[in-house]
Amino acid sequence: MKYLHLIWAALFRRKTRTLLTLVSIVTAFLLFGLLDAVRTSFDEAGQSANGAKRLQTGSKLSFIQLLPMSLTQRIAQVDGVKDVTFANWFGGAYQDPHNQVFSFAVAPNYLDLYPEINVSEEHRKAFAATRTGALVGEGLAKRFGWKVGDKVPLMSTIFPDKNGSKNWTFDIVGLIHVVNMKTDGWYDQMFLLNWKYFDETTPYNQGQAGWYVTSVKDVNQADRVLKAIDALSANSDHETRTMTEQAATASWMKQFADIGMITSAIMGAVFFTLLLLSGNTMMQAVRERTGEIAVLKTLGFSGTSVLAMVLAESVLLLVLGGVIGMALASVLGPIISQGSGGMLNLAAAGARSWGLGLVLMLLFGLVVGALPALNAMRLNITDALAGRA
Amino acid sequence: MTTKLIEIRDLSKVYTRGKQKVEVLHHIDLDVEQGEFLALMGPSGSGKTTLLNLIGGLDAPSGGSLSVGGKRIDQMGAGELARWRASQVGFVFQFYNLMPMLSAQRNVELPLLLTKLSAAERKKRAAIALQLVNLAERASHKPGELSGGQQQRVSIARAIVSDPTLLVCDEPTGDLDRESAEEVLSLLGVLNREHGKTIVMVTHDPKAAERARQILHLDKGRLVEQVPA
Repeated sequence: MKYLHLIWAALFRRKTRTLLTLVSIVTAFLLFGLLDAVRTSFDEAGQSANGAKRLQTGSKLSFIQLLPMSLTQRIAQVDGVKDVTFANWFGGAYQDPHNQVFSFAVAPNYLDLYPEINVSEEHRKAFAATRTGALVGEGLAKRFGWKVGDKVPLMSTIFPDKNGSKNWTFDIVGLIHVVNMKTDGWYDQMFLLNWKYFDETTPYNQGQAGWYVTSVKDVNQADRVLKAIDALSANSDHETRTMTEQAATASWMKQFADIGMITSAIMGAVFFTLLLLSGNTMMQAVRERTGEIAVLKTLGFSGTSVLAMVLAESVLLLVLGGVIGMALASVLGPIISQGSGGMLNLAAAGARSWGLGLVLMLLFGLVVGALPALNAMRLNITDALAGRA
Repeated sequence: MTTKLIEIRDLSKVYTRGKQKVEVLHHIDLDVEQGEFLALMGPSGSGKTTLLNLIGGLDAPSGGSLSVGGKRIDQMGAGELARWRASQVGFVFQFYNLMPMLSAQRNVELPLLLTKLSAAERKKRAAIALQLVNLAERASHKPGELSGGQQQRVSIARAIVSDPTLLVCDEPTGDLDRESAEEVLSLLGVLNREHGKTIVMVTHDPKAAERARQILHLDKGRLVEQVPA
């Protein structure tokens, strides 16, 4: 600690260069914090306590392949099954195909299996009673300025009605309120429509389900139950694959994009550039101070002390920029979430992200400082004082 | 009664420049008494700075022996030599070699960072050293805010703050005007006479050398004469 003022002074010897390098480090770790929040948000989807009790059954061939309605009764008879429901992907968009809406046609008992989808009794009754009714997440309603009673046109990117038109009209009869945004933020953007209306309107469904959702009596029996469900369709033309909700969500997400790989690839490129940039800064900084380092060694500072001081300077640079970047990400993440109307759910960086961030800062600091520190340690005093080093 | 502080026997130094070997010092024998003020003179390339660097433990000889205060510094390893320099030698350079980003006070404190002294004690000792060189009021100034003479006095304060036995000065007045040079030389004289510091000074300046008690001339790496000043 007694060398801190010396390290600090060396770091800010060239203020402009150090500040510019710090800006790069801050930006890199800001990006890291935000991307890690995106990855965490995707990882946590489907990991609720209720989700652990649910199984999802879809076609083994593809998630767009439909399943026969007869499976409802057969799944319900499997030992250990508490309840079963089904849903279809609607693929809705509002006004513009880019305004994708997570829209599902759901069976009448769908909400019974999702206690975390918080809908008032009044709105539930209205949904059941209105053929064209829809329940929408509060975040989604806020995003498009919808309210209960509104008639909303939604364009299906997949299913036309009997007249061949893909423009559907729904009556918003209720709102979905999410209590825990961290684990159930997904429902805040959800649009639920009645399966019966969907099935009767489009000629492409004809009494089929997109997937089944099953709740089990005992979560410890989930593995046995999912195997029994798949056995029902074994060797048929509609073989199924049943997974826990957590696994199904992860698989579902992966069909859109491997978020972990994308964030890792971006951060890899960003951090590689950062290493080159800050490495160059440290090399220049130490080269400029050759004479001063020689004086320190003349005064009796050992090679190891000089090595440690240069490494500490480099680590300090990375930690300073990294902590500011991560702190900014923690502040900006929730602001971005709020600004996106719930489309993104970026929580402030948690202990895991901070831990990983700090490890990276220390590691990069040591890597970046290693070469200049070794050069400083090996510096020949007389050559350096004579200007030959 | 005087005691020998520095004992040099058959000392030589050879540098390798590419494939060529250059013998800079040839079999030097020299004794320096405790409390001596010795000036090393000679033309450029005569080996005076090399000899000074060897005496200060900044470089290792190629042959011979070199004892300071009864210790064979030519046999010390790098770490031991660094510790020895920190406790026994003060250095004064031609271009002061102060840390530009640190205040005069912090510059003077530098050698004390290698001791176990508390921050308060370090500060106190640095203040005393600055007082001794008449720069107490400039303690918070950075080197860039001081004149050449003042910077050299800060450098002298840094050299004496850990109370070393030996002061090694390489052209301490080489970058100063006559007035500042006189101030610095007077200060070195006081440190020698009143504080008992042994001083070995390399200089080109005959007027600076006149302040020493003994003048040593080197030519082509050989001791040519030893003149009492």
